[in-house]
Amino acid sequence: METWWRALTFTLGYNTSLVTIGSMLLGAAGGMIGSFVLLRKRSLVSDAISHATLPGLALAFILAGLWQGDGRWLPGLLLGAALSAAVGLWAVQTISARTRLGEDAAIGAVLSSFFAFGVVLITVIQSMQVTGQAGLTGYLVGATAGMLASEAQLIALCALGLLLAIFVLRRDFLLVCFDAEFARTQGVSTGRVDLLMLLLLMAVVVIGLKVTGLILIVALAIIPPVTARFWTDRPLRMVALAALLGAAAGYLGVTLSSVQEGLPTGPLVVLASFSLFMASFLFSPWRGVLATLLAYQRFRRRVHLRQGLLALAREEPIFDNLTLKLLRRQGYIRRDGVATLPGQAAARDAEHEERLWSLYRERHPDDALQQEHSGLTPIARVLSPDAIMALEAQLPPRPEGGR
Amino acid sequence: MSDFMMFSLVPLTVAVIIGMTCALLGNFLVLRRQSLIGDAISHVALPGIVVSFLLTGMLSSAAMMLGAGVSALITVAMIELIRRLGRVEISAAMGVTFTSLFAVGVLLLEWHQAGGVHLDVEHALYGNLESLIWFDGTGPAALFDPVALADLPPQLARVAWVGLLVVIFVAVFRRHLVLGSFDPDFAASVRAHPVLVDLLLVTMVAVAAIAAFEAVGSIIVIAMFICPAAAARLMTDRLVAQIAWSQLFAVISAVLGYLLAGHGPGWLGFDASVSAAGTIATLAGLILLLACLWGPRRHRTGVTASP
Amino acid sequence: MNRAAWVSEEVAASPLAVQGLTVSYDHRPVVYSVDFVTPPGSMTAIVGPNGAGKSTLLKAAMGITRRLTGDVRVFGRPIEEMSRHIAYVPQRNSIDWDFPATVIDVVAMGLFRNLRWWQFTRRRHREQAMESLARVGMEAFAERQIGQLSGGQQQRVFLARALTQEAELTILDEPFAGVDAATEKAIVEVLKRLREEGRTLLCVHHDLATVRDYFDHVLLLNVRRIAAGPVEEVFTERNLQATYGGRLSTVQLTRLVGDPVAAAQRSE
Repeated sequence: METWWRALTFTLGYNTSLVTIGSMLLGAAGGMIGSFVLLRKRSLVSDAISHATLPGLALAFILAGLWQGDGRWLPGLLLGAALSAAVGLWAVQTISARTRLGEDAAIGAVLSSFFAFGVVLITVIQSMQVTGQAGLTGYLVGATAGMLASEAQLIALCALGLLLAIFVLRRDFLLVCFDAEFARTQGVSTGRVDLLMLLLLMAVVVIGLKVTGLILIVALAIIPPVTARFWTDRPLRMVALAALLGAAAGYLGVTLSSVQEGLPTGPLVVLASFSLFMASFLFSPWRGVLATLLAYQRFRRRVHLRQGLLALAREEPIFDNLTLKLLRRQGYIRRDGVATLPGQAAARDAEHEERLWSLYRERHPDDALQQEHSGLTPIARVLSPDAIMALEAQLPPRPEGGR
Repeated sequence: MSDFMMFSLVPLTVAVIIGMTCALLGNFLVLRRQSLIGDAISHVALPGIVVSFLLTGMLSSAAMMLGAGVSALITVAMIELIRRLGRVEISAAMGVTFTSLFAVGVLLLEWHQAGGVHLDVEHALYGNLESLIWFDGTGPAALFDPVALADLPPQLARVAWVGLLVVIFVAVFRRHLVLGSFDPDFAASVRAHPVLVDLLLVTMVAVAAIAAFEAVGSIIVIAMFICPAAAARLMTDRLVAQIAWSQLFAVISAVLGYLLAGHGPGWLGFDASVSAAGTIATLAGLILLLACLWGPRRHRTGVTASP
Repeated sequence: MNRAAWVSEEVAASPLAVQGLTVSYDHRPVVYSVDFVTPPGSMTAIVGPNGAGKSTLLKAAMGITRRLTGDVRVFGRPIEEMSRHIAYVPQRNSIDWDFPATVIDVVAMGLFRNLRWWQFTRRRHREQAMESLARVGMEAFAERQIGQLSGGQQQRVFLARALTQEAELTILDEPFAGVDAATEKAIVEVLKRLREEGRTLLCVHHDLATVRDYFDHVLLLNVRRIAAGPVEEVFTERNLQATYGGRLSTVQLTRLVGDPVAAAQRSE
């Protein structure tokens, strides 16, 4: 607990603090670029990219190992990862554009077969006389413990650069996400912006490999934007919020992993991000599940009650059990289904409302269509008293026996 | 010969059965454009196994399959809940779900490393086909020797049962599967229960993924689901032919991949072997690459015709 | 409770009667409290602007989409027991036509309910499917891959699939959307012949100009039921205005209500 507190307050040593800051920057960059990718509905492309880094990582490791006896040379590994991720990305694009296979099949095929080839190369490495083999596992599930200061600096600097690049390009991305057609008329090359977006995503993935590992890095680009979506409908706010959430997840995850030797960073970052997601998913007052379910239940009851009252007024049979229950609970009908006095009054009122609404719709079809109401809102809340008076005056005498 | 019997017969058989089983289901995933469900479910195999191990304390087939079924249902439920209630796009909902569950799996695994569990993250990801050794398989006679047969690695029986189960499932529900893949609304109108069948399909995918888990790991199995079926899709316009092609591709990549992994480096003069599961999936990917380049039916036909 | 006793004679005779049907996405009703009784042996068009809930109404009635409230009956009995009396032709573009199936495969899907899981499609099933194909003039295409068909041919194949269902009521969702003039004519012929056999047709229709030529009944829908009944009585300027609001210009309206020029308009 105390270690965690020291990690949280950046007093656990230079390296840990540097790694923490680097992960926060990375989380922010992932959240930002992920927001655009989410709006483009291509979130899982990042999964293909991240798995496709493995063969490049392994090849770079082999080359570096042959060169200097130790494969752990971060810049080289990242370069290798980036190159093979680029090939994977190109493969996904080409397969889904040129063949009948969908993007889903392309992503699945690329991520698994690239990963498999990487595994083959790793077994090659295991039979070689190269030191530092254990370090490769860190790229699978993430390990920030024992990271060199130079590595942490590299990651932090790259993340900062990416963050700036995404910030500068945010308006172009937004334009393409919302209206590719319009963007084209504005002289923006959508293809190029799309490519740039995916390349930046790839850069975030590659830089983040060491922190969260290649299997979980997609979470960095998916969970914070999805979470941010629960809190706002405005795109740039969503991007900013996703950046904050990503940074928070990086902060919590990395500091937690420094509590105990051998705790993998990746899962902790992901779970930190996921807890933020769950909290928003359940409790966001705008789009959260609880709010939505409550509103739905209220709406459902209102519809049932209204339809029940109308049926009473028109002396139609009611079959629906929920409607009957609601009417009974309100004291509008007796157990045998016969309307009580208050029930008859309520039914008359509902019928009257309904006739006013339908008259309004008939007389002012255009206005009525604009409002998209279901007729459940009391008409007095929508129209002025004068307008209602006018409608009342025009009401035809009550027809016999309903429809 | 006895070397083959002892070291290769079981892994090869297991690889072929897994390959064929996964490819059979993969056909429907590819047709429904749901390949990524296979992706998500395979990732979730890890937490499924770890939790069922932690609860029962051993790796029995029954517990594992139960874990598979439960984890698949939880995954699908989570994806659907996030998608519907949160109004999140489906692939993002999948991304949220499988990364979080996978993270739980890895964490639990690391947590219990001290307890001497013989599962570790690397095996969970790479699989270990080579470890399925049949010590009593000393010669052809062992095939008829009940004592020697009883010594067969239990994984063989497990994948065989799962393969049988999947074949029965596809045979019984073939019309439901086709109808639900092609035209879900019509399927619902004739009460073919497309949602239920969908759920069953996903459960079967989970069961197959868990059966394959020990042998090939949770990522490589995705290749076995998708690559042969996707390649087969580019070969023909008939469903039955497509399934046949996918089975052929699965067998080719399993057999060739296994042999290449064991003997390939030797031919090149190295005294080592490489991961069999990895080689098998790499080959499946290569077959798909060839199909993308030269498959006779690689182009789309169903462009919605203009009036 | 004996619910059948509640059902009126009109509802008992109708192949599809809905009462108080409401469907909502979130809190926005897409279809609100619709009552409609399909007259038996009629050919009814469901007409309304885009987003008026025409397809949703039908899907909810058939139980494909969940309904919030509402009672749906087929010949007076709950639809859950009676769904085999309804054939359904979904919108053509809701489907991936790149699916590995031949024309005859798709038509044979109409026999789904007749086949148990251990049965294979036999010759008599294929003959039945071929018969339906012949009725839509597509028997020459039986072995064709569905992706190679034109839009009109795809629609005919869908109609043939519904024919093999041999249902009392056929529900069609925009059967004339994006088809060529020849197909439109052929489909109308098939539908009219079905009606002559005494079957009922319910059809989401988008082309106001042809409502009078093709249909005898019409349901005007815009989230709510605006009007329903025989075409001559209900398909009036006033009702159309109420359905479409300002979305139809006066010129369009006068042209629609019994103007022969409209016929030229539709073959574009």
